[in-house]
Amino acid sequence: MSTPTILREGTILPEGQVVRYTFEERACHWVNGVTYLFCMLTGLAFYSPYLYWMSYVGGSPATARTLHPWVGVFFFVAMLWMHTLWKVQMASIPEDQQWKDNMKYYIENRDELLPPAGRFNAGQKLFYWVMYYAAIILLLTGVVMWFPELMPRNLHWLLTIIIPIHAAAALVTIGAFIIHIYMGILMVPGGLKGIAYGRVSEEWAAHHHRLWYEKIKKDSR
Amino acid sequence: MPNEAMQVKAISAHPGPVPGGNVSRDYDVCKLIDTTTCIGCKACEVACLEWNGYEFRETTFDNTYQTMPDTAWNYWNLIRFNEVESEEHGLQWLMRKDQCMHCAEPGCLEACPADGAIVQYKNGIVDFNQENCIGCQYCVTGCPFNIPKFNPETKKVFKCTLCSDRVGAGLEPACIKACPTGCLHFGSKEDMKDLAERRVAQLHKETSYNKAGVYDPEGVGGTHVIYVLHDAENPEKYGGLPKNPRIPLMVSFWKHPLKWLGNVGLVFGIAGVLLHYVRFGPKVIDKKEEKKP
Ligand code: HEM
Ligand code: SF4
Repeated sequence: MSTPTILREGTILPEGQVVRYTFEERACHWVNGVTYLFCMLTGLAFYSPYLYWMSYVGGSPATARTLHPWVGVFFFVAMLWMHTLWKVQMASIPEDQQWKDNMKYYIENRDELLPPAGRFNAGQKLFYWVMYYAAIILLLTGVVMWFPELMPRNLHWLLTIIIPIHAAAALVTIGAFIIHIYMGILMVPGGLKGIAYGRVSEEWAAHHHRLWYEKIKKDSR
Repeated sequence: MPNEAMQVKAISAHPGPVPGGNVSRDYDVCKLIDTTTCIGCKACEVACLEWNGYEFRETTFDNTYQTMPDTAWNYWNLIRFNEVESEEHGLQWLMRKDQCMHCAEPGCLEACPADGAIVQYKNGIVDFNQENCIGCQYCVTGCPFNIPKFNPETKKVFKCTLCSDRVGAGLEPACIKACPTGCLHFGSKEDMKDLAERRVAQLHKETSYNKAGVYDPEGVGGTHVIYVLHDAENPEKYGGLPKNPRIPLMVSFWKHPLKWLGNVGLVFGIAGVLLHYVRFGPKVIDKKEEKKP
């Protein structure tokens, strides 16, 4: 039986699979990822002389400087898009508190002791909100840094504060991003396939997001 | 400037050791601007444009002698005319040649994130290499003298080079060559300091300028352009010369402690996830146990 390519989230497919992410959600995620990565690499290049070689992802350091703010704006727009898709599901639910209290079991891979999670667990939600608020700070500070020539000389000292805020906000997201990449690629097998093809096994859904799995199971009956 | 290559090694028919052998003079350069003998003729401005190949810019009129409000990316050297009144000296017309100060601790270089866009030579000249400039203008933020200027068309920043090309060939900067009153001098920092101090002593002795002094601000490690001012206690009178210029505190903070904090954080972050992988590894799902609800 052939299945249509665009499926609703939570659809249970034959062969024991579940639709975890719709096509739009996946597209949005990857637009976010690619634009973020570009900003991260070019930004880090300007942050540290030891990472200056990273600016060559933009062609040359000077084009990296030209492109970084533009791609940054795209990143912000992608973030807003993601917000329209996920803001409701990223909101905190009462069960999140219990999950957070027992997060050490998650870290130690003793998942059997972990309270069940919804479609997104409390850690994923935290990552989302860090990126969301950091994106707003990065946009506001970045726009000022984009055109220093428009800044009157007597206000130029503001830049000496705004630039470190931009860098600090970026660093917080990079810390979160390192964990995100590690979990997606190495720590949680199946997760990467989920965000790439949109499907996960029923076992995966039940193991990692039991509340969500129970709900879609019920809805499909 | 004599340098080590031109030290005397041997002298013909000279008894005993070579006098002054192994002594080498400082080869750092310095421009001395004596504001007390500047007549505001702008010969230095024209010479600067001529040598660097820029055209004269359109002028503005603001009821003073000031031809334009500020230096520009293609106008590196500007005489600032200031009419100042005081009880002691009545109405004074103070003129100051404004250009890059060639700081010993340059804020522009400190702030710049681009590899090789700003260089400081051993002789003290601070030079911009436009081919490596990325146009971020952090140098503008770092400079306490408001010197680097951005060209929006090429997205590069420019400023006075102290004629590094001429100095490298043993010539004095173009402005020095053009000055008709001898208010500009060029030589080693030591000699210029000495000359400046002798002029100040003369002013103290022979004129009523008892606050005359040398401007060589310590906050930026001293500069390779120094002034003799009639009133060294109030340099602001000379068109915004800062009294105690320093690299903005936040620039130093962001370039050092904050960077290292961030770098350590990044390394710990990466080490942390690797350690987690080695210690706990990936999550495994027991197939039979799950999927029951
Ligand atoms: C949201 C829109 C954004 C805008 C408009 C923006 C703009 C800018 C601008 C104009 C600069 C100055 C140097 C340069 O032009 O490259 C800069 C630096 C930087 N950006 Fe962004 N950016 C944005 C997003 C981001 C993102 C998502 C990151 C992610 C890591 C980031 C990381 C950095 C870093 C690390 C620096 C260097 C700071 C330093 O010099 O210490 N930016 N940004
Ligand atoms: S005056 Fe400004 S541009 Fe010149 S060396 Fe000092 S900090 Fe750099």
